[in-house]
Amino acid sequence: MSAITSPDFKNNARAALADRQLQRALSEVPRGLAARRGAARAGLPEFEALRDLGRDIKNHTLAHLDLYLEEFERKASEAGSTVHFAATAEEAREIIVRICREAGARVVTKGKSMISEEVGLNARLEAEGLQVVETDLGEYLVQIRGETPSHIIAPAIHLTQEQVEADFRHLHRHLPADRVLIEPAQLVAEARQILRDKFLTADVGITGANFLIAETGSSVIVTNEGNGDLTQSLPKVHIVLASIEKLVPTLEDVSTLIRLLARSATGQDISTYTTFSTGPKRADDPDGPQACHVVILDNGRSELLGTEFQDVLRCIRCGACMNHCPVYTAIGGHAYGWVYPGPIGSVLTPALIGVHSAGHLPNASTFCGRCEEVCPMRIPLPGLMRHWREAEFSGGDTPLLYRLGLKAWAAVAKRPRLYHGLVRIVMPVLGALGRRAGSFRHLPLARGWTRHRDLAAPQGRTFQAQWADRKAGVPR
Amino acid sequence: MIARIRQGLGVYDSAQRRAVVAKRLAQPLCPLVPERAKRSAEERRHQLRTSLEGQSATFIEVARASDIPAAVARMLRSANLPLRVRTGDDPFLRGLPWQTEPALERTTGSAHDDDEVGLSHATAAVAETGTLVMTSGAENPVTLNYLPETHIVVVEDKTMVGGYEGAWDKIRARFGSRAMPRTVSFISGPSRSADIGGQLVMGAHGPRRLCVIFVRG
Repeated sequence: MSAITSPDFKNNARAALADRQLQRALSEVPRGLAARRGAARAGLPEFEALRDLGRDIKNHTLAHLDLYLEEFERKASEAGSTVHFAATAEEAREIIVRICREAGARVVTKGKSMISEEVGLNARLEAEGLQVVETDLGEYLVQIRGETPSHIIAPAIHLTQEQVEADFRHLHRHLPADRVLIEPAQLVAEARQILRDKFLTADVGITGANFLIAETGSSVIVTNEGNGDLTQSLPKVHIVLASIEKLVPTLEDVSTLIRLLARSATGQDISTYTTFSTGPKRADDPDGPQACHVVILDNGRSELLGTEFQDVLRCIRCGACMNHCPVYTAIGGHAYGWVYPGPIGSVLTPALIGVHSAGHLPNASTFCGRCEEVCPMRIPLPGLMRHWREAEFSGGDTPLLYRLGLKAWAAVAKRPRLYHGLVRIVMPVLGALGRRAGSFRHLPLARGWTRHRDLAAPQGRTFQAQWADRKAGVPR
Repeated sequence: MIARIRQGLGVYDSAQRRAVVAKRLAQPLCPLVPERAKRSAEERRHQLRTSLEGQSATFIEVARASDIPAAVARMLRSANLPLRVRTGDDPFLRGLPWQTEPALERTTGSAHDDDEVGLSHATAAVAETGTLVMTSGAENPVTLNYLPETHIVVVEDKTMVGGYEGAWDKIRARFGSRAMPRTVSFISGPSRSADIGGQLVMGAHGPRRLCVIFVRG
């Protein structure tokens, strides 16, 4: 599994806020994606109704997931694929290592797959002596830097063009040192040339899947670069790595989800390439892989079925929740400390690695609700984060001082007369102390707030008192 | 894994649940097809063209199939490309009057790294989003879609459909129900990436140039 730094979220976030390169990279791209989503949504009047339909399709599939998985396995096998079920990340890694070994593989190309990040596949394959090459351009950039993706659809969103240029000059030493790399097009052309070689020499191609279709046993990938297609068409073996919740019943159901996916993700009406693959090459196919394996991963997901967290399994990984999140757009994806950042990560990460390690994540939310507002699958993300906060509290992971504070607050808030009495005393005092400056720069017990901003001073009288006066007819 | 899922869902393997699933697979539901996927045949051509052009593809219309060889040669000359295309064993493409363009060389088979131009025949074209539907096989090898820098795709008017659902009808009619070729590719423009600095660049790994030749007759 990828290294987990979620327990260190607070320090990660602080470092991210002070990282000027990161702040520059984050200043435009996520907001641009959010704006484009808005325009795409406006171009499809049925968008909201399609969201309802998408939610219903996934709910139906999850309620019958056992049967749709069986059906997928039957149809994929009929088409010549080998279907493997992996209960854990380790099982998935070992299945894939075995396939690579049996294929006598030396070079493995990969299309973008978050599941592969989740199971820590690259490190395991490299330990086996394989050369592993990420082919999605953004994923290639993070791979050559020894990093992990900071966004589920734009892995290198945290990098600036200048950083990429420096990396290419450092890594691609066989190219002339005086070559011009000013335009993004020049950088893309260089990566194209380097990766084209890898596509042509790879023995095994590994892709993820956006959907698995029970009707036909097909797996679906969505890309703009076409890298996934070269990955799955050129090598002699194609391995699909997907998790159980990618299942959908039919081609018509997938069509509805496709109408939602790209619009929510990048604001395109559809991604450039949406590819359905079914089995290995057929008898009269002049190209395509000779063998196709589908590895279906559980890794803790089945434990969410039947719980309040089942809804999170509807996610189609579009990234809209992070593009619209005030926390994500301020700190980027790495601060979240594991594979899935943003609001979906704040719900999914505690489920997959435990709330004990990831308890900070569901707390890293202003509960502004924009994630739920834009989620194409209508996942109630803030509500699920609240569930995790409760689980963290009842599991004893909340720090003692915090617990005492919450208990004291609850004791006061649940007794209206005590509450009003206290407020009536505290308010005029704070009002008098802060009247000259109009706000407080430092306050005892409120350092977390005043470290980054001032607290406005109360004006002296409580709302309740003013309301009572007004009802009694006292002139203001 | 199946047992764990049933336990989580709190369900059993019942005949009633199996019937629900069997029905859904036998009769796929499409309760909501957007208006933009249901336009008239005349509007569809315009919709296909404007969508594809909006996605940085070029769109050439010809009146008859016999005009295709000349359109291909003209397009290659205007783009300063060699008059050489790689193509599959598609009967429709094979039957065109290529002798009218003697300088245009055609070789047949899957694509190689040094093929500059691929020529394919679309199984369907979806007006809704300007999407070409390609099916793999000896007639149109899948690598032609992705390896050459320039991809020319011939679309016949009669294969045009409003939405994705129409494309599935055509695929089922050709390959049978619940069956697919190895690859069905939806292509909606040339390859692109915005991974460097958020700026859109054409020709990431697949074709830099996508040219659609649309045959009206």
